[in-house]
Amino acid sequence: MINQSYRLFSPRQIRCELIDEKISSDEVVVRPTYLSICAADQRYYTGNRSKEVLMKKLPMALIHEAIGEVVFDPKHEYKPGTKVVMIPNTPTETDPIIKENYLRSSYFRSSGYDGFMQSIVIIDRTRIIPYDGISDRIAVLLELMSVAMNALEHFQSFSHMRKQTIGVWGCGNVGFVTALILKKTFPNAEIIVFGTTDEKLRYFQFADETYRIDNIPPDLRVDHAFECVGGSHCEDAINQIIDCINPEGSIALMGVSENNVPINTRMVLEKGLTLLGNSRSGYEDFDNSINFLRDYPEAQGYLENIISDEVVVKSIKDINKAFDLDINNEFKTIMKWEI
Amino acid sequence: MIYAEILAGGSGTRMGNTDLPKQFMMLGTKPIIIHTIEQFMIEQRINKIVVCCPKNWISYMQDILKKYIPEENNIVVVEGGATRNETIINGCKYIEENFGLNDDDIIITHDAVRPFITRRIIEDNIKVGLTCDAVDTVIPATDTIVECKEGEVISNIPDRRIMYQGQTPQTFKIKKLMKIYGSLSEEEKNILTDACKMFVIKKGKVKIVMGEDFNVKVTTMHDYKICNAILMERNK
Repeated sequence: MINQSYRLFSPRQIRCELIDEKISSDEVVVRPTYLSICAADQRYYTGNRSKEVLMKKLPMALIHEAIGEVVFDPKHEYKPGTKVVMIPNTPTETDPIIKENYLRSSYFRSSGYDGFMQSIVIIDRTRIIPYDGISDRIAVLLELMSVAMNALEHFQSFSHMRKQTIGVWGCGNVGFVTALILKKTFPNAEIIVFGTTDEKLRYFQFADETYRIDNIPPDLRVDHAFECVGGSHCEDAINQIIDCINPEGSIALMGVSENNVPINTRMVLEKGLTLLGNSRSGYEDFDNSINFLRDYPEAQGYLENIISDEVVVKSIKDINKAFDLDINNEFKTIMKWEI
Repeated sequence: MIYAEILAGGSGTRMGNTDLPKQFMMLGTKPIIIHTIEQFMIEQRINKIVVCCPKNWISYMQDILKKYIPEENNIVVVEGGATRNETIINGCKYIEENFGLNDDDIIITHDAVRPFITRRIIEDNIKVGLTCDAVDTVIPATDTIVECKEGEVISNIPDRRIMYQGQTPQTFKIKKLMKIYGSLSEEEKNILTDACKMFVIKKGKVKIVMGEDFNVKVTTMHDYKICNAILMERNK
């Protein structure tokens, strides 16, 4: 089946490539309907990755947050029109201990392999999940949610029981979703969000407290913390967390940084802190995210608030428009994929 | 109801050193026409796909459908006509006889040898086709069009900004199309080789939707080579 893959071949330059796809009986054909732009895609698009990385990974179709409709299933298990979320992580083996998103053999769409910016996606039937009962605009945020779910599961497995106060550093998309999931999962815990701008912090009305990072009360302490900052500012965030956290607390690290991050390990040792690395997500995390939205329908309303823009995409020009808008958007830019 | 008609009427033209009609030549891993049909097959709003091909190639067509798309049972092969318009009408007649016709039924007609048709073009054809009598798929003309009536001296050079090149699909309200075709004299039928032109001549309104520059028609060996060259394999 001929596919059009919209590949980034150099910063801001996208071209349509025609691909002769082969479909095995283990796979289904999904037509993307909504795509959502992630900061990682934006770094490729604007060329904010090293030359070596760009040379190695491009050309490549961006986007790893997407939903779509099954349009063809050789086994007829999925009815045409079934709405599904697509899981970008693709394991090539199973492991009884290590989660699929940490297996070094797994590949990930839009990181070295074509992402979802294609007219159709040929995907393994075990990498899609129907999401009935959830609106498309919210369902396209399921990958983002699944990343927070992955971190939550890790946190629940490794952090100590006292969870009276949990801090979330970062007032962007990841911080928003993580804080929301934490608030619902630990209704008795005080969830405090730390961010840089009052305007963005105002979106976090479900949180118990919000503070600007330059205005934190000196005696404020948290039992555990989630770092959702990433980039060049995650050094400051992590060191601020280390200062604010109670002994033996866990710090869930979620922000990606291009550079090595110097952190105050002396205090990590003195306080006996646990640093938890988190990256991406797997099938279970998507499943848990769908269940979360069904269990807490009000969460869908909160998530609707972080969609800054929806761009209808019918051409490459529209893709450029969506990415250019996204640079200045406070939260998410989603694309209604009609190309 | 929405129908698709794949026009695979051509058989006589030699392309290079092959006698195989070009719609059956391989593009990547499949015959060109199979790629084309697949794009319509995954459009859920299409109720039936009618493939029109020359009588002596009907069995061949059915064989390759069975070989490449065995799961699909929404495709029927019927005999084409002597001309392009006759082929289109044959497909319409098949639909009328087997499913009946309503005023708002539309047919999306597409060249079998334009395999790079996109979802957006098909959806635009459906969307616009449901609201008017006929739709033509076009792209803005890139070359200046020169009119030369006698073959020697230029008689006109139209403003390129309002010139477009026709592609397919062309989409029609089936009943209207059959009515207009039925009203044509034999002489008109010979002259009006394009179905949209029939509508234009008979004062019908034909709307346009944008095609794509890569929605090319495989007409010559040169086109065929280019299409094979631009179609890539997936490296998993």
